[in-house]
Amino acid sequence: MIPFVFIAFIVLTVISACVVLWSNNVLYAAFSLLLTFFGIAALYVLVGADFIAITQLLVYVGGILVLLLFGVMLTNQNGNKENGKNDIIGTNTNRLIGFAVAFGLFALLFFTFAKANFVNIQSNLFESIETFSTTQNIGVLLMTDFVLPFEVSGVLLMATLIGAAYLSSKTKV
Amino acid sequence: MDNSFLSYYLLTSALLFSIGLAVVVTKRNVIVVLMGIELMLNAVNLNLVAFSKNDPDLQGQMFALFVIVVAVCEAVVALAIVLKAHEHFQSINLDEISNNSEK
Repeated sequence: MIPFVFIAFIVLTVISACVVLWSNNVLYAAFSLLLTFFGIAALYVLVGADFIAITQLLVYVGGILVLLLFGVMLTNQNGNKENGKNDIIGTNTNRLIGFAVAFGLFALLFFTFAKANFVNIQSNLFESIETFSTTQNIGVLLMTDFVLPFEVSGVLLMATLIGAAYLSSKTKV
Repeated sequence: MDNSFLSYYLLTSALLFSIGLAVVVTKRNVIVVLMGIELMLNAVNLNLVAFSKNDPDLQGQMFALFVIVVAVCEAVVALAIVLKAHEHFQSINLDEISNNSEK
């Protein structure tokens, strides 16, 4: 049962990512990106990272995707009637080169992963442990080993808040 | 699950990363390019979390958490810049913005 669900979520993730690539409509791309993020959250759950999965749902599906949709709506207020074009329907360029580069990178990664035999390396590195909830461990680690990155990310979020509010305010002419 | 799951995760994240790269290179709408960048960041996170299975110190998951924080900051600032560019150029097509700025 678990392998079937696992394969199903992998297929869901990859197919909805392909829809982002193939669709010319920005809104369709945004909504299939929702499915991609959801599938990735499910893959996190299946690998035993429950806290990261919840964070993925909260931050990506609840935050970034809504932000992207707001970006689509705010940049299409009058449908660009003056030049008769609609920014909802996007255009593509560099198709051949882009796909060639992406396929080349995929082939490179695929052969690297196939040659490197990461499965044996990971089996030798870690003892197989029983899956348990990681939330308490992450909370303890954030306050002990990772307290400096934690505080720095707090400052970064504050700077982002101020910077975004300043950038997106209307300029006085 | 035993460790044989790892190769599927590596394959999925390689696919997601290449799809994200193709989106970034081919699409001309700024917001779709941002979506491609998010896809690439998610592929990296998937790798980090998959490798940190069975790790008692959870280092991969902690790193993925900080990657998510930085990705959020990047998306917010990029969207603010996109709004500013739309206000200035009346377009969010990358080619038109680059043509207009040469004048």
